Amino acid sequence: MKTIYILWLRQLKRYSRSRSRIIGSLGQPVLFLFALGFGFGPIFARAGGGNYMNFLAPGVISQGILFTAVFSGIELIWDRQFGFLKETLVAPVGRFEIMLGRTLGGATIAMAQGVIIFFLTLLFGFRPVSVLGLIPAFLIMFLTALFFTALGTAIASMLQDFQGFQLIMNFLVMPMFFLSGSLFPLDSVPGFLKIISVIDPLSYCVDGLRSTLINVSHFGLSLDLVVLTSLSLLTLAIGSYLFSKIEI
Amino acid sequence: MSSAFAVEVKNLVKTFGDFTAVNDISFSVPKGEIFAFLGPNGAGKTTTIKMLTTLLRPTSGSLHINGFDPVKEQDSVRKSFGIVFQDPSLDEELTAYENMEFHGILYGVEPNLRHTRIKDLLEIVELSDRKDSFVKTFSGGMRRRLEIARGLLHHPSIFFLDEPTVGLDPQTRNQIWEYIKKLNELEGITIFFTTHYMEEAEKFAGDIAIIDRGKMLTKGTAATLKKQTQTETLEDAFLKLTGHAIRDEEASGADHMRMRRQMFHGKTR
Repeated sequence: MKTIYILWLRQLKRYSRSRSRIIGSLGQPVLFLFALGFGFGPIFARAGGGNYMNFLAPGVISQGILFTAVFSGIELIWDRQFGFLKETLVAPVGRFEIMLGRTLGGATIAMAQGVIIFFLTLLFGFRPVSVLGLIPAFLIMFLTALFFTALGTAIASMLQDFQGFQLIMNFLVMPMFFLSGSLFPLDSVPGFLKIISVIDPLSYCVDGLRSTLINVSHFGLSLDLVVLTSLSLLTLAIGSYLFSKIEI
Repeated sequence: MSSAFAVEVKNLVKTFGDFTAVNDISFSVPKGEIFAFLGPNGAGKTTTIKMLTTLLRPTSGSLHINGFDPVKEQDSVRKSFGIVFQDPSLDEELTAYENMEFHGILYGVEPNLRHTRIKDLLEIVELSDRKDSFVKTFSGGMRRRLEIARGLLHHPSIFFLDEPTVGLDPQTRNQIWEYIKKLNELEGITIFFTTHYMEEAEKFAGDIAIIDRGKMLTKGTAATLKKQTQTETLEDAFLKLTGHAIRDEEASGADHMRMRRQMFHGKTR
């Protein structure tokens, strides 16, 4: 328990001390809200889609969580390269606890980032339909954060250095964001895009947030929750297996 | 289980693909000894230490640390030793005190004991006044001293030091060796170290082992090694045994990373 706590705390300390990282990672969501929100707003309304800012906000929150979470997980490579991982690996504690502590720390950070972006969207005119909906929305956000941090950790366990980082950003993270329906409604897209969006885990986060925040859903909230929970558990299991296999 | 030996290695082999890093070496280190493990770059020193400290699994052979097997009894082994790695292993974004505390909690040192020990150890390595400074502001020597203090926090019975004094000025090297020697004398901690500075081995080690290309070449006191090779100094003995050819060591990924990170953060460290 203490192991998990101290690793969690370390992640939080590192995050809260790096102000440039906090502000830097808010840049992208703000840009999306500003450019897409105001840019596509009028045409979306004219096409009968309603308020685009309300539609876009859950997508942008999901994006913020996705990026922060994957990056927090992948940061394991830095620990490996700068030697700190060795310090944790020679300690008389279980590998699973180390992995879980790190992952929970990263997930907490990604969740915090999501909450900050949520408040930013309010400034841009986003209005959730009910305050009560925030509770399940935060649950969705946490599950998403947990899943993507565990995914990042699992990937990082297999990588030796940052050479593959660009690959992961361009062929995994970016497509997950753009194809998740965070920017457009999935109801009327062509069939192949619909299939991709069903495979894309981020779709269930976006949909879950829309369902709880603006009462619009494509998959249904219960499916969103089931998918995100099972993916989190599965990835944690795979991630801790891969982590336990790390040799330095 | 108690054993007279702090470290026992029998027919140890480690291969990476076609490459044999450690090729059938056997040796033992009695408890309470200062043991030097010497060899040119790429000889297999660090690989051996990694196997002794549970970071790598041996391909074959048997190992014992304090009587425990690093493959089967990992936690007992891990509690038995402290280590200063060849490369830095501190979290630069944490303070000196936080790095120590992290270690203490991982090793299950009780809070009260932890605070006293951290205070005492930081005092010994003369970092008390910098305990709340971030490690990223520390010089190489300060980092080394902190790593030594950290490695001792859980009172290990064996202390591994992989090139603890590399890149340090003579003053700091001297100071660090003073601590290590005192530790060995007062607490009876077994010291297992590697170095490229022959005078350190000559001055401080009881037994010296020389390995090269994964093979153990010889083991004995400095005097024995000199006699055996009919040379005047340990350095000459070392060169006679291992030859004069310069060894290539592959650049580690860490070197590339450091450069990248500097670009990323826009500042040099």
